[in-house]
Amino acid sequence: MSLAARVVPCLDIKDGRVVKGVRFQGLRDAGDPVACAALYEDQGADEIVLLDVSATPEGRGHALETVRRVRSVLSIPLTVGGGVRGADDAGTLLEAGADKVGVNTAAVTRPALVGEIADRFGAQCTVLAVDAAGTGRGWEVVVESGRKRTGIDVVEWCAKATAIGAGEILLTSWDRDGTGDGYDLDLIEAVSSAVTVPIVASGGAATARHLVEAIRAGASAALVATILHDGHTTVAELKDALAGAGIVVRP
Amino acid sequence: LSQVVMVPTGTANVASVSAAFARLGCNLTMAARPEDVSGAAGAVLPGVGAFGAAMARVDALGLGQALRDRIELGRPTLVVCVGMQLLCRQSEESPGAVGLNVLDITVARFEGAVRVPQLGWNRVEPGPGSRFLEPGWAYFANSYRLGRVPDGWLGATTEYGSRFVSALERGDVLACQFHPELSGMWGAALLRRWLETTKEAA
Repeated sequence: MSLAARVVPCLDIKDGRVVKGVRFQGLRDAGDPVACAALYEDQGADEIVLLDVSATPEGRGHALETVRRVRSVLSIPLTVGGGVRGADDAGTLLEAGADKVGVNTAAVTRPALVGEIADRFGAQCTVLAVDAAGTGRGWEVVVESGRKRTGIDVVEWCAKATAIGAGEILLTSWDRDGTGDGYDLDLIEAVSSAVTVPIVASGGAATARHLVEAIRAGASAALVATILHDGHTTVAELKDALAGAGIVVRP
Repeated sequence: LSQVVMVPTGTANVASVSAAFARLGCNLTMAARPEDVSGAAGAVLPGVGAFGAAMARVDALGLGQALRDRIELGRPTLVVCVGMQLLCRQSEESPGAVGLNVLDITVARFEGAVRVPQLGWNRVEPGPGSRFLEPGWAYFANSYRLGRVPDGWLGATTEYGSRFVSALERGDVLACQFHPELSGMWGAALLRRWLETTKEAA
């Protein structure tokens, strides 16, 4: 099997701007999502994720315009998540230029949404985004940007959602996100052995070593944000490290 | 006039295909009638979603015969992902649905210990004599695939659980199981080579 492990930069966007601070060298305007996405593509990114963190209807409008602008320059896949409440929302994002759409809270509230999006647009563009928090015995799904714990078992939820149409899982460790302690490898192993769709590991990456561990634990792709935005490393350096560890990457 | 039309088979990658061609200086127009397809210098079938649903859209627009004619004559035609599978007679994905039936092949689901759908970048290895295809990495998003290169076509293959057909070409027809519009500079160069044939045809 020669399918390459993917390195996937994630940009949080609000009102048409990248938030969470982006400080690269060589960018005149580090907050412009189009410039950021183009820079990461040049560095060898395998895909870009845009996460719309706006909470207002105006913000949603800005997000659509951002998707259109990024699409016009980007020649690699674009996944967009945040605020998808129905299959029509997914269609609007796809028409604007997304290739895959992530659903999170709304799918937990109404699981049939996953099947509705997959039936209309295909499983290959239906991404289940799951935020997982440890319980001591396992993990439970958290929603509303971590504000609400649901008691739903993460592994069971992933298995159910893939059975009704999710074609990929964007699996975020709520405990590790932003810590730099590395991905939650037990979580990746538990979910990847329970489902047959690809998993994108998210939350906790600080070093190239962490990406190697996530891929070895069963992830098909590794999401990275802070370490790239801070300019501590580049996509090219991360992919070199993966290749050095014997993992197949797209050169 | 080198007009290139797109057959609207669904939503999911229309914007990405249009954007990729726009970056090459070509604005795709949407085909609505059979004469749009038969009269254009180039035609693009960017199928996504399920085999049966995509073919139903082609049939509902009455564009099946015009597409079949272009392909049989080797006129500049680009078919992508499920669009490539629609060249075949049928697919395990949609039992009972009949494709364009240019190729007497049944499209089958990936087998073996691989994650499905195949989502990501994989190696494309062209056979000898390819006009359009070069070795490189392409982005795939598929659960079903063609298992063999049909007689009379040049092909490229890729490994995923087993070897499958990642592209076909015959005359000015290019069929890609991967998404050239999402395959970086390698994909853009492939689209450019195909687009050149529409200028010669005009």
